[in-house]
Amino acid sequence: MNRNEGYTITDVYEYFQDNMDFILELTVQHINLVGLAIIVAILIGVPLGIYLTTNESLAGTVLNVASVIMTIPSIALFGLMIPIFSLINQGIGFVPAFVALVLYSQLPIIRNTYTAINNVNPEIRDAAMGIGMSTAQRLLKVEIPNTLPVIMAGIRTAVVLNIGIGVIAAFIGAGGLGILIAQGITRGHTDMVIAGAIAISILGISADLILRLLQRIFTSKGVSAQ
Amino acid sequence: MNSQKVITWTVRVFIYFLVIAFFYWTIKNQYFSYIFENIEQFKVLVIEHLQIVGLSSAMAILVSIPSAILVTRPKFKRLEGIVSTVANFGYTIPNMAILALMMGVLGIGFKTAVFALFLYSILPIYRNTVAGIHSVNPNLIDAAKGIGFKPHQILFRVELPNAAYAIIAGVRTAVVINIGATALAYLIGGGGLGNWIFMGIKVFDDSILLSGAVTVTLLAVITDYLLRGVERLVVPKGTKRS
Repeated sequence: MNRNEGYTITDVYEYFQDNMDFILELTVQHINLVGLAIIVAILIGVPLGIYLTTNESLAGTVLNVASVIMTIPSIALFGLMIPIFSLINQGIGFVPAFVALVLYSQLPIIRNTYTAINNVNPEIRDAAMGIGMSTAQRLLKVEIPNTLPVIMAGIRTAVVLNIGIGVIAAFIGAGGLGILIAQGITRGHTDMVIAGAIAISILGISADLILRLLQRIFTSKGVSAQ
Repeated sequence: MNSQKVITWTVRVFIYFLVIAFFYWTIKNQYFSYIFENIEQFKVLVIEHLQIVGLSSAMAILVSIPSAILVTRPKFKRLEGIVSTVANFGYTIPNMAILALMMGVLGIGFKTAVFALFLYSILPIYRNTVAGIHSVNPNLIDAAKGIGFKPHQILFRVELPNAAYAIIAGVRTAVVINIGATALAYLIGGGGLGNWIFMGIKVFDDSILLSGAVTVTLLAVITDYLLRGVERLVVPKGTKRS
């Protein structure tokens, strides 16, 4: 049966009702993939961004590499990784998708951390030195709290980006909400494709909103008043 | 040489090593032979790919820059808040979702692909143009008013030249994203190099897969590099950022 023709909004609504469990399961898979990748990306990117503020020449190199990675189209990066990871029998599935998401997250996270810490008001830094703070104290008590909104904005960009790229991961067998689109297209079920597109958009928009809220909560009052 | 330089060079050498190792490995295994065996199809796919990118990007430029100019005019100040909120929301919708939604509305085919990619390319250009115009120093505009410039003269001779850097950066972002998204447009019947990538994934053939993926990657990286060159040529000297 060709269902490409003549579907209606009610078809999509019915699809949601009939397959709620399946869609929720895929959503959880999607959040797992993106969440795990983001946690690893933060653990690499934020310390690296902080370190780069002490090494200008390396900063140029690392930021250039990260921005070249960003220009590589996601499906092409998956395509490049599959043959490489098949050398260790992980060609299709979670591993190449996970590595690709971590790589894509690096540019927004490193760049925002690096530029924000470099741009901390020198007077504040002087004041911190003046009251006898050590380098570590200055970093933890002055520089990071002051730059938190910018670092969080980088993380938010990375999360939204990764939710989108995670869709494409379904085509290389990593699961997630992209399954609805991938299977919908091969089977010619337009209602499934549309349901997938809507579910992903909702996930993207709500992740953005939640992170904006977290950003506001975690920013210390003194900084947000500036 | 101090330790910082040593670290920098180690990292650089390591990255070059990775790239060279990758190409050595692919050439040793003759992965690219597929391109030369199917050179006619390769040409067709590359041309299709460039057509989709070119058409959708051109349409996006024609729509987004004028509309960004319009909403930054004093008369339409109120409209700007609404349009920018919508644009911000639109930015969080993944490109695959837009392709899929458009397929649902318009069916499969070349036109659907172009239209979906056109929609997706509008946002980066629009956002950068608005941001660029807003970042123009208000003193410059005052000065222009002071020497008797009319509104359209202010726009074309002060605001746009000063915002040129941001606008072209937006166009570059849009085109590079578009090259990648076009590879996905194969799924909704758009054609282009995505054909080989998805076929390679489906039949587990690394040769087909890499022939498609490496070509798309090079296309994106080279286009990015070329448009950075255009940035340098087009942006007026006086407004260049240090």
